[in-house]
Amino acid sequence: MTKSLGKELYKYRYLYLLLLPTVLFYALFQYLPMYGVLLAFKEYHFKAGILGSPWVGWDNFEALLRQREFWQAFRNTVILSLGRIVFEFPAAILLALLINEVAGRRLKKFYQTVFTFPHFISWVIISGILFNFLGSDGVLNQILAAFGASKESFLTSPGLFRAIVFLSNIWKEVGWSAIIYLAAIAGINPELYEAAYMDGANRFQQLMAVTWPSIRGTAGILLILSVGNAMNGNFEQIFNLYNPGVYSTGDIIDTYVYRSAFVDGSGFGVSTAIGLFKAAINFALLYAANFAVKRLGGEGLV
Amino acid sequence: METSATMQKETRPVTAGAAKRKGGTGAADIVIHLVLALLALATVLPFYNVFLMSFSNTVAVSKQMVYLVPTVIDLSAYHYIFQEPRFLKAVLVTLFVTVVGTTVNMGVTLTGAYVLSKTGYPGRRAVMALIIFTMFFNGGLIPYYLTMKNLHLINNLLVMVLPVAVNTFYLMICIAFFRTIPAALEESAKIDGANDIQVLARVILPVAKPMIATIGLFYAVDRWNEWWNGVLFMTNVNLLPLQALLRELLTNYAQVLSSINANVSLQNTDLHPEMLKMAVVVVSALPIACLYPFLQKYFEKGVMIGSIKG
Repeated sequence: MTKSLGKELYKYRYLYLLLLPTVLFYALFQYLPMYGVLLAFKEYHFKAGILGSPWVGWDNFEALLRQREFWQAFRNTVILSLGRIVFEFPAAILLALLINEVAGRRLKKFYQTVFTFPHFISWVIISGILFNFLGSDGVLNQILAAFGASKESFLTSPGLFRAIVFLSNIWKEVGWSAIIYLAAIAGINPELYEAAYMDGANRFQQLMAVTWPSIRGTAGILLILSVGNAMNGNFEQIFNLYNPGVYSTGDIIDTYVYRSAFVDGSGFGVSTAIGLFKAAINFALLYAANFAVKRLGGEGLV
Repeated sequence: METSATMQKETRPVTAGAAKRKGGTGAADIVIHLVLALLALATVLPFYNVFLMSFSNTVAVSKQMVYLVPTVIDLSAYHYIFQEPRFLKAVLVTLFVTVVGTTVNMGVTLTGAYVLSKTGYPGRRAVMALIIFTMFFNGGLIPYYLTMKNLHLINNLLVMVLPVAVNTFYLMICIAFFRTIPAALEESAKIDGANDIQVLARVILPVAKPMIATIGLFYAVDRWNEWWNGVLFMTNVNLLPLQALLRELLTNYAQVLSSINANVSLQNTDLHPEMLKMAVVVVSALPIACLYPFLQKYFEKGVMIGSIKG
């Protein structure tokens, strides 16, 4: 038995050699950090390391549940994620449907090219552009001033921060998110439209009867994935846009973890516990969303 | 202007050809074009404004004269940053990360994807399952930080290369692509006595050139955009990548300037802070804008292969 397995392994030795770097990568940079989640149940001592630090049971979780800022970040994460599903998720579908209604392949391509570009620009750069646009002497305030309105401090106003988050993410990502729908639409047999037209369907009816059913499955899967991501809240965006003035509406779990570990120093144990807490909720949400979509007759992930 | 020209040229033949257009009304078309054209303007204008601002001068910026029409063209912001050692170092760090990082990315991803696209050898399923699991779970920020620390990657340029050596999503795209290559192609090479490594190098990779170009560009953009590992792991400011420096400049302008007080020239020239920031923004975004036409040519295919897999 072992002999034949050894033979098998030898037979495929070149394949294993080629796979080695990939396996090393996942072992070192994905799985090795995972044992660090033990810290969620420990009090981290710098000298003792992760394994040597003493166990404290559920103390870290109890400590974090008592933190007012944690609950604020938790609430903000949920609200922002819900907002993304309500505003950002349909925006991509709408854009894809709009682009699809444009006659002419070259013009379609032109719009796609323009709308996709910001996806490749990092949030650091986008934040620079946004600060320039929304700052106290920024373009928007100059336009407001031209209409006689008073200056508004957009970036430090807690009431406006979430709107800025939604709008800027739509601005950056909507074109990219639309591609996957456009790809699904491109696969539709033109005869379906012909048949619908023969049956007297107008343009809007064709859209509802032919185009929408072809992207519904894709939309369902993307919805499951975004619900399963609900606790993540887009760290890169928030981290580059927020400031202490908008913590009350804009601080999310991931940014709170960063500050509690590296800025306020409330301990690595508690910060790890927050991360684990978050991952557990994400898992539960993914499972629930998958179940719900299947119950509603859609295609699930598994 | 360009938009309307293309519009007129393109609309007619397609309208005549495609049945789906027949039910359309003229009014709806006008509304759709209007909406899309406005959205396209809203996408482009912020970049354009930033671009103009970086080529402006202090007088124009502080008088708020920079909107859409360039009133002056002044290179002083660029003149300044390209003499500033901290900026030049950051550019070098980013170039290193982009070149070395993309090379490592491609080496690891292509070899791994090739092996995982094949079946019949022991262990493939387990490795695939372990890889897919990482798409849904990771240890979180603190364990990640401590692991890098234990691996002596703090203040080490490789921390912007090794922990990001494989992007699982791109790996899946490569696997899906390799599966579309007919098996007959490598069988003939195998009969000639080539081993798996030789087959990959001589048979598979040459056929996969378009896919290699796509994934390579994706990785290059990601590496160029590196800032987070820099912020997290570089306590030595000389090792910060360009976009981490930009982040500091944006959030902490005064402090960055005082830290480069060796360069007195800044106090003398009238450089408006916004100009300087925007010049760094332009330099950070320009390479991507230049790569974009090539990138754009391929990415739809990439997303499509990925979506079939998902």
